[in-house]
Amino acid sequence: MSGHGSKPGTRAVGVLVPPAAWLTLLFLGPLCVVALISLMAPGAPVEWTIDGSAYQRLLDPIYLGVLWRSLSLAVMATVLCLVLGYPLAYYIARRPPRFRRVLFFLVLVPLWTNSLVLIYGWMVMLRPNGAFDQLLQGLGFGGGEPLTILYTPAAVILGLVYWYLPFMVYPLYASIEKLDFRLLEAARDLGAGGLAVLVRVLLPLTLPGIATGCLLVFVEALGAFVVPDLLGGAKSMMLGNLVQQRFLSVPQDWPMGAAAAMLMLALLLVGMLWASRVGGLRRGA
Amino acid sequence: MALDARAASRWLRLASWLAFGFLYLPVAVLVIFSFSASRYSMVWSGFTLQWYAALADNARVLSALMNSLIVAGGAMLISAVLGTAAALGLRRARFSGRGVLAALFYAPVVIPEIVLAIGLLMFFVLVMPVPLGLPSITLAHSVFGVAYVTIVVSARLEGFDAQLEEAAADLGATPWRVFLRVTLPLIWPGVLGGALLAFTLSFDDFVISYFVTGPGTATLPLVIYSMVKRGVTPEINALATLILLVSFAILALSIWLQGRNITAGEKV
Repeated sequence: MSGHGSKPGTRAVGVLVPPAAWLTLLFLGPLCVVALISLMAPGAPVEWTIDGSAYQRLLDPIYLGVLWRSLSLAVMATVLCLVLGYPLAYYIARRPPRFRRVLFFLVLVPLWTNSLVLIYGWMVMLRPNGAFDQLLQGLGFGGGEPLTILYTPAAVILGLVYWYLPFMVYPLYASIEKLDFRLLEAARDLGAGGLAVLVRVLLPLTLPGIATGCLLVFVEALGAFVVPDLLGGAKSMMLGNLVQQRFLSVPQDWPMGAAAAMLMLALLLVGMLWASRVGGLRRGA
Repeated sequence: MALDARAASRWLRLASWLAFGFLYLPVAVLVIFSFSASRYSMVWSGFTLQWYAALADNARVLSALMNSLIVAGGAMLISAVLGTAAALGLRRARFSGRGVLAALFYAPVVIPEIVLAIGLLMFFVLVMPVPLGLPSITLAHSVFGVAYVTIVVSARLEGFDAQLEEAAADLGATPWRVFLRVTLPLIWPGVLGGALLAFTLSFDDFVISYFVTGPGTATLPLVIYSMVKRGVTPEINALATLILLVSFAILALSIWLQGRNITAGEKV
């Protein structure tokens, strides 16, 4: 291999140029534009002088309210995803390899297909006199009152957990699958109870997956736009909706929307540094 | 102790199947009610195909379907070519800064969709004059498409034996010929699997299309969104069922191809 080292090496550079150029233009370019707009003065839609006031205005009580709601909804969704996703990832990782692949992809499929349509499915279920309502009434719950979950924060959390569960299961599964399960048996043989094995062995060893999964779900949920838009009420606006409104609705305020977007990016970057410190975020995992 | 472990594994199985139920519940509801005759209530009231028939007459849906196929086809081609090139290059790359470059190819997958969406819209409006509509949506979808194909093909290249290529090169084959006759035949299931994934992701994308589209251009998810915003109708159920069916079929094919490559690689 070393005899051909230089030739494939240079060819590698050549073949990388088109895709790298493509993503530099269409991925880094747009991010730079957003960064630039976020520094501009407010205007309708933007005043092209740098003043950085948009970041200050993010601290206005109205926007702080949105920020606070986004953070709390995203945290709750992340915790629920972890609670729901960990047993699922563990279960899949312990199946025979043949089933493992199938089950794992069954988790990813809802994410890769039309999530909008699936969230609409939840709307159909959750609305008053919808499928859920009738099921509850049929079972004797609800006391004859129509169900009022739709257009509440609870519905938003449910939708977020639904949409982002695969983001949690993916890294958890990658982390659990690599585990040497004999360590768990060893702990048990040495007298550790089920809870001790979980808390002292399993969770610490899969911490990288937990950190990555939580980070992904949290950041993606912060930027959620469809879920609060369809399942949330007027009081469920999240950071993603704020970005959308400042860019597309009157009164437009591009620097504000861009600053909110930059905030999400900053959280993602800080989170990734944290996750890589917690356990080495594997490249491409 | 053994009893403890068995009870734990029972709970684990129960929790997992509940999670699967949670993931597929909306699918089941949409499919079932797409065949229900009642228009307003969500009670089952007899089997009908009328919502599917209504779709076939819906000109708006049909033209959106056409748009979606054009966009997804275009995004898939760009993604397959550039993503495969990226994966091949990253495998051979031995220079400093490789990590940064790899991060560039994976970043579009983790970035919050809305940030990318708004960035692309502003980029097309202010910097690169691409007409808002099918061209802008296709270019935008190629961004995450390239990333996904890079990941899928890279995964398939992990067990790839580079000596086969070196042998061909030693026997006098040009680099292009080595690629066509040795590399591509070995990795094509991964390439095709990645391409199909890029197609589905584009075909089903809503958020990015919503931002970068222009007046008068709608893809299928955009039409569904405006239908949903106006109210729940059984026609959406039928459309949703068809879209899920197509997506599932393409994804299943993609996954099968990706898995096929592993076994083929082992046999070589």
